[in-house]
Amino acid sequence: MRHVLRLVLVGVRTHVSYMSRSPIEITFAVLVPLVYATLAVYLFRAAGDPDRLLTASVGAGLMGIWGSVLFGSGGAVQNQRWLGTLETLVVAPAPLALVLLPITLATAVIGTYAMGATVLWGVVLFDVPLDFAHPLLFLLAVPVCVLALGMMGLLLAATFVLLRNANALANPLDTPVWLLSGLLVPVTVLPAWTQPLSWALPTTWGARAVHAATSGGDVITPLLVAAALGAGYALAAVLVLGRVERRARAAATLALA
Amino acid sequence: MLAIEADALRRTYTSRTGWLKPRRTETEAVRGVTFEVAPGELFGLLGPNGAGKTTTIKMLNTLLLPTSGTARVFGHDVARDPVAVRRRIGYVFGGDRGLYDRLSALDNLRYFAELYGVEARDQKRRIAELLDLVGLVGREKESVEGYSRGMRQRLHIARGLLHRPDVLFLDEPSIGVDPVAARDLRRTVADLSAAGTTVLLTTHYMAEADELCGRIAVIAGGRICALGTPESLKSRVRGRDVLEIEAYGVDEERLDRVRRLPGVRGASVEDRGTLQVVTVQTGRSSAELHGPVLTALDGVRIGRVTSREPSLEDAYIAIVEEAAGGPDRSATPAEAEEPAV
Repeated sequence: MRHVLRLVLVGVRTHVSYMSRSPIEITFAVLVPLVYATLAVYLFRAAGDPDRLLTASVGAGLMGIWGSVLFGSGGAVQNQRWLGTLETLVVAPAPLALVLLPITLATAVIGTYAMGATVLWGVVLFDVPLDFAHPLLFLLAVPVCVLALGMMGLLLAATFVLLRNANALANPLDTPVWLLSGLLVPVTVLPAWTQPLSWALPTTWGARAVHAATSGGDVITPLLVAAALGAGYALAAVLVLGRVERRARAAATLALA
Repeated sequence: MLAIEADALRRTYTSRTGWLKPRRTETEAVRGVTFEVAPGELFGLLGPNGAGKTTTIKMLNTLLLPTSGTARVFGHDVARDPVAVRRRIGYVFGGDRGLYDRLSALDNLRYFAELYGVEARDQKRRIAELLDLVGLVGREKESVEGYSRGMRQRLHIARGLLHRPDVLFLDEPSIGVDPVAARDLRRTVADLSAAGTTVLLTTHYMAEADELCGRIAVIAGGRICALGTPESLKSRVRGRDVLEIEAYGVDEERLDRVRRLPGVRGASVEDRGTLQVVTVQTGRSSAELHGPVLTALDGVRIGRVTSREPSLEDAYIAIVEEAAGGPDRSATPAEAEEPAV
C-alpha cells in the first residue's frame, strides 16, 4: 500500500512538473477560465446578484479544473503515445491503472492554476471580496474536489482508449458536464429529469462542497459523496483497464497500441 | 531454465479500410518463429526492415499478444503472465523519443524507478550507479531536451536497467548514434552480458552483431532463415569471394546484367552519398570475373575495385536474398509495417 501511494505521489509530481513546463499549455489552461470568469461576473452583476461574485469566480475556476481533466485525461494515453513513453509505461510491472492515475490526477492539479487565476482575476479586476464562508474548509474542499475529478478522469482515460476518436468526443462533453454539475449555476434551475445525471457526477458534489465553503452551507457531506463517487469511478476504470490492456495487446490497433 | 523460449510464434495484423464496405486485410508479420536463448547469452536478431524483428521482440516483452504459438521468459508465459515477465525484463529501443524531455535525467529515472518497483531506499544508490555506468554523471540535472541523441540513448539504457532485469531487450539501440557513442554503447552491452544479463539485440549493423553476439538469428519475411554463431553464418559464404566496386550512376538494369553473369551468386548496391558501392558475391576465383563484371557495368564511372573475404554482412545478404527467392535487388521482402505500440 505504501508503495502504491508513493508511486501515485511521485507520478503526480512528475507529470505536474512536466505539464507545468509548457508555457503554452499553462497559458491556455488559465486563459479560457478567465474568459468564463469575466462573463460570469458580468452575468451575476446583471442579474442583480452582486453578493455572489466570489461564487462566479470560484465557479469559473471549477470549470477550468473540469476542462483540464476532460482534455488532459481524455488524451492521457494519446499524449504518452506521442511522447513515445507509452511502451515504456506499459512494459513496466506496475498495473496500467496506477500508471494512468497519476497522469489524470496531474491534469486536475494543473486545473487548480485556473482556480487561483480566476479568484485573483475577480479580486484585481472586479473588486470581488474574498469573504469565504469557511476559508479553511475551502482549502480542504478544493483538493478533495481535484482528487475526485482526477479519479473521474481515470475512467475517462480508460474509456477513451476504447473509443478511438477520443479528442472529438471530449469537446461535446465539456459544456453539458459543467452545466449538469452546477459548476456555475445551481442544478436546481435545470429540468427535473437531469437531476439523476447530476447526482451521478463527482463534479456535482465537488462543486457543491466548494460553493458551500465559499458562500455557506454543508461542506463535509457533499465532499464525502464526491470522494466516494470519485473512488467508484476509479474502481470502474481499473476494471475497464484490465480489459483494455489485453485488447490492445491482441488487436494492436487501439490507442494503446 | 532457459532465459527466452519462442515456440512457433506467429503474429498477424488485421487492418480495416473503407467506411461503407469495410475491407479487412490480414498481414502475417511473424510466421512461426522458434528459438531459445540461454541465461547470460547475447543473442542477435538480424533482418531487413519489416522482417518481423520488432514484432517478435514486442511479443516477447508482452507488448503484443502472439496470434499463435507460445513464448516464455524464465518460464513465465508472455501471454498469460505478463506482469511476472515484466518484472524480469528491461526494454530499450532506439531513437529520440520515449523520455520526458522537459524533465531532467534524474527526474526521469526517479519516476521509472517507482514504476519498476525499485525500493525507495535503493533508488538513490541504483540511479547513481547507472548514471556512472552510462557516463551521464554531472549532466543528470539538465533537461533531457538539451541532450544529444547518444546521451538520450544512454539514458534509455539506464532506464531499462533500473530494476536489474535478467533479460534486456535492445531494439536497434544504436540507430542514429555517432560512431564513438555507438562504440561506448557496445562496450556497455558487452559489460552487461559479461555480468550475466541475457541480452536480445536487434540491429542493422553487422559489425555490431559480429562483435557482440554469441549467436545470431537472421529473420526475413517473418521466418528465421538462419541461426548460429557469427562464424557459422560466415561459413555459409566461405566458398565465395566478394568484389567491391566503387561506382557512380549504377542503375537496376546494369545490376541485373551483373547478376545474370555465370559465377555471380548475388549483387547489391549501397549508396554512400554520391558514391555507390556495388558488392558482387562470386564463387572462388573472383579475379576471373573482374572483366565480365566491369563490362556489365559499362558506361558507369568506376572507382576502386577490391576483392576480399566474405564478412558477416555478406553472409546476411546471401541469407536474406535466398529467403526472398534468389538474388534479389532489394533484399527487403515487403512485410507489414510493425505498428508502434
